[in-house]
Amino acid sequence: MNSQWEVVIGLEIHAQLATKSKIFSGASIAYGAEPNTQACAVDLGLPGVLPVLNQEAVRMAVKFGIAIEAEIAPYSVFARKNYFYPDLPKGYQISQFELPIVGNGHLDIDVDGATKRVGVTRAHLEEDAGKSLHEDFHGLTGIDLNRAGTPLLEIVSEPDMRSAKEAVAYMRKLHELVRYLEICDGNMQEGSFRCDANVSVRPRGQAEFGTRAEIKNINSFRFVEKAINHEIERQIDLIEGGGKVVQETRLYDANKDETRSMRGKEEANDYRYFPDPDLLPVEITEAFKDEVRATLPELPDAKKRRFIEQYGQDDESAATLTSSRQLADYYEALVEASGGEAKICTNWVTGDVLGALNKAGLEVGQCPVDAERLAGLLKRIADDTISGKIAKQVFEAMWQGQETADQIIESQGLKQITDTGAIEAIIDKIIADNPGQVEQYLGGKDKVFGFFVGQVMKEMQGKANPAEVNKILKTKLKR
Amino acid sequence: MNNKTIAELARGLRAGEFSSVELTQDYLERIRQFSALNAYITVTAEQALAQAEVADKRLAAGTADLLTGIPVAQKDIFCTDGVKTSCGSKMLDNFISPYNATVVEKLNAAGAVMLGKSNMDEFAMGSSNETSFYGSVQNPWNVSCVPGGSSGGSAAAVAAGLTAGATGSDTGGSIRQPAAFCGITGLKPTYGRVSRYGMIAYASSLDQGGPMTRTAEDAAIMLQAMAGFDEKDSTSVNMPVPDYSAGLNQPLSGLKIGLPKEFFGEGLNGEIAAVIETAVNEYRKLGAEVKEVSMPNLKHAIPAYYVIAPAECSANLSRFDGVRFGYRCENPADLADLYTRSRGEAFGKEVKRRILIGTYALSAGYYDAYYLKAQKVRRLITDDFKSALAEVDVLMGPVSPTVAFGLGEKTGDPIQMYLSDIYTIAVNLAGLPAMSIPAGFVDNKPVGLQIIGNYFAEDRLLNVAHRYQMNTDWHKQVPKGFE
Repeated sequence: MNSQWEVVIGLEIHAQLATKSKIFSGASIAYGAEPNTQACAVDLGLPGVLPVLNQEAVRMAVKFGIAIEAEIAPYSVFARKNYFYPDLPKGYQISQFELPIVGNGHLDIDVDGATKRVGVTRAHLEEDAGKSLHEDFHGLTGIDLNRAGTPLLEIVSEPDMRSAKEAVAYMRKLHELVRYLEICDGNMQEGSFRCDANVSVRPRGQAEFGTRAEIKNINSFRFVEKAINHEIERQIDLIEGGGKVVQETRLYDANKDETRSMRGKEEANDYRYFPDPDLLPVEITEAFKDEVRATLPELPDAKKRRFIEQYGQDDESAATLTSSRQLADYYEALVEASGGEAKICTNWVTGDVLGALNKAGLEVGQCPVDAERLAGLLKRIADDTISGKIAKQVFEAMWQGQETADQIIESQGLKQITDTGAIEAIIDKIIADNPGQVEQYLGGKDKVFGFFVGQVMKEMQGKANPAEVNKILKTKLKR
Repeated sequence: MNNKTIAELARGLRAGEFSSVELTQDYLERIRQFSALNAYITVTAEQALAQAEVADKRLAAGTADLLTGIPVAQKDIFCTDGVKTSCGSKMLDNFISPYNATVVEKLNAAGAVMLGKSNMDEFAMGSSNETSFYGSVQNPWNVSCVPGGSSGGSAAAVAAGLTAGATGSDTGGSIRQPAAFCGITGLKPTYGRVSRYGMIAYASSLDQGGPMTRTAEDAAIMLQAMAGFDEKDSTSVNMPVPDYSAGLNQPLSGLKIGLPKEFFGEGLNGEIAAVIETAVNEYRKLGAEVKEVSMPNLKHAIPAYYVIAPAECSANLSRFDGVRFGYRCENPADLADLYTRSRGEAFGKEVKRRILIGTYALSAGYYDAYYLKAQKVRRLITDDFKSALAEVDVLMGPVSPTVAFGLGEKTGDPIQMYLSDIYTIAVNLAGLPAMSIPAGFVDNKPVGLQIIGNYFAEDRLLNVAHRYQMNTDWHKQVPKGFE
């Protein structure tokens, strides 16, 4: 990046809250239903209907606020944001404006080995709009109001980020947090976690911010980085070419990897916010905060620190294993059940388990081999029933079926041979069959030792105890 | 039969003097006979008779409520399942509500028989019923005069004996003023006492549904069925509903009445002032103490109201956009055309005027000067009422500065029209309960006495009104031709 310019980024993230019903009605928010089957009279904005606040949404917002050490407003107010659009049934969106439920807080991100604190200005509750469907209607527009009234928490950051990389780190951190808190499923394809980015550039050293552009609705981490970088380049090119950045809303086109203007702020609506008279102010008591605080899980940062200390993990493994609550829980259940060394558990989870999950496109919650079954396998490695190599074969079989490690070891005859008599017999045979290699080894070629080990293992289908094989080979091939 | 009270009809039904079906047929016949009054937008004869049959069974089975079998009219602002709910507007001329308002549910559950939907000012915006898409309503006392508004159809229907009772809604006087103009009893409950769910919103922080009847005793019976907490309305208040009929006869000795001097100033018709004075003297005779009180901020009520109510209505009426229900213009060229023509063609002048005022008041740069300022004034007015009601039990005064005016007389001058609500509007801003009861006549037209009570003191108001009605017969007068 051109070092003459400093980049300033702030993000607005919409996290769809994982409530069962909508924020102001009893309709379900489940994704993927037939159009307009999950929209009740309130969601349709029929004449005479009234909103009733879903307390679960309030609880989730408070939970988030506590997790980012934010101020929780003792008194917050819903406001009407007025604008006309066909998928906005009431002609206004119920949101929060002057008095949001969550005030100043912060989130720490790690970028290039350094920790940086990003301020969160506010987080407020609001309802989502429906969807306008422009395809399949032969020049007309279809309206699906299933999404209308879905609870959102809009989380607004301070303009604290200085690169696309930092923005992505912040977004990932937030994504991790809301899933830890179980207030959002984080599903970006389904739009449960969406991002708008405010981007501006200024000459390094200048105190005032440059004019910003807002990039709307970016639905993946990769696109956020690309969209922001593209926008930075566009703004710098524009300014260096003697032009001026105009304040506007831009849309990122992932196919063309470019942003383009949607509408200028000058033609933007005056939203005419005012307090919604249909809803009472939300009052949060200390007692309620305490109640919510008690339900808070161990948060990612704390968990990571603990994993490093308790399990002797390096930073990277700890970050990986604490990237989701489910994965961390899986890991800890494994350590507990296997009664073995944390290090082996770490290697197995970060290596084999995550590898297999990624390959299969599964979440840890859907892992076919649960922690207990895997522990059964690790126990057999620890007690030398099987070798690490055979263990991978057993794991593969466990992934495919329901059997325990012991059942597989038994039925496939994979038990490690520690009977020194049997190993000796094979070794003797191999020494007899390979006089040339014996000579090489005795002549000082250490590498050939591996050849013998390999041959023995091959002959014994990998079931020989490697330590035993080594020991006996060394004795027999005494120089 | 048609000029009996709900209480009398309930006794007749129980005594077997007539059945609910007979009663309903009789009212339906009268509605046809006096259709020129234009009190109803929709008459639901078939449904009414079906409801009446069910009511008769309940009466026979001994499971009847006081309202079971009693014909009522629903103001067309209340959503009624399967029945056109127009709110007096072309916008909703084709709207068949798929659900019932809570008030409708409650009256149905009590066994009341709905005769139809009564006429009203468009979206309850008006003081004369002249803004209705379905035409103005005649005042039974003088058919060339307005019945008042916005619940003009309900008031005229009760006064003319086209229903035993009716629902109304009151945002700035829309129950009390037509009740006064038509010589009936109207009660606007405390904000939050009656659910607003299904009552099409005009100004959400001011709207409140209530009963319109011949007597305070009937109002108590209807309010009993209508009131109560509703989990579908966050602004409804979770407080027990007292037995409104039980306290009606409490003696009034020691009752403290306050007369706000601002209610008797310039602009009040002298003859009306005399009628109110006579009524207050009647209360003195019943043992009440009367004193003057002052509420200096009342003079700001109309400007504050005409900022707050339009501001809220500008958002409340945004849902009428031609997209999902209601009127849609023909062959819209594009989205903007759909919006502007649908709304332009289907909203009347007064509705447009208020949407524009409200939109302007909420606009960036004006919000503080108008909306916020009006909210501050609202608080001051509320404080005035609170301190007055700390000294006295009820406040009394006129409902309206004039009696019913002529049809068309004020339509050209909206400000004159707005000023006719000068004594009623402040009560909505404060959220207090208030009644209008018949207290006399000026120019052969009824005059209403307004009684304002403390929050949730509807029982006291009804008691104060009922004792007066036990000692006077203004409420028993029937307009000529409607005996």
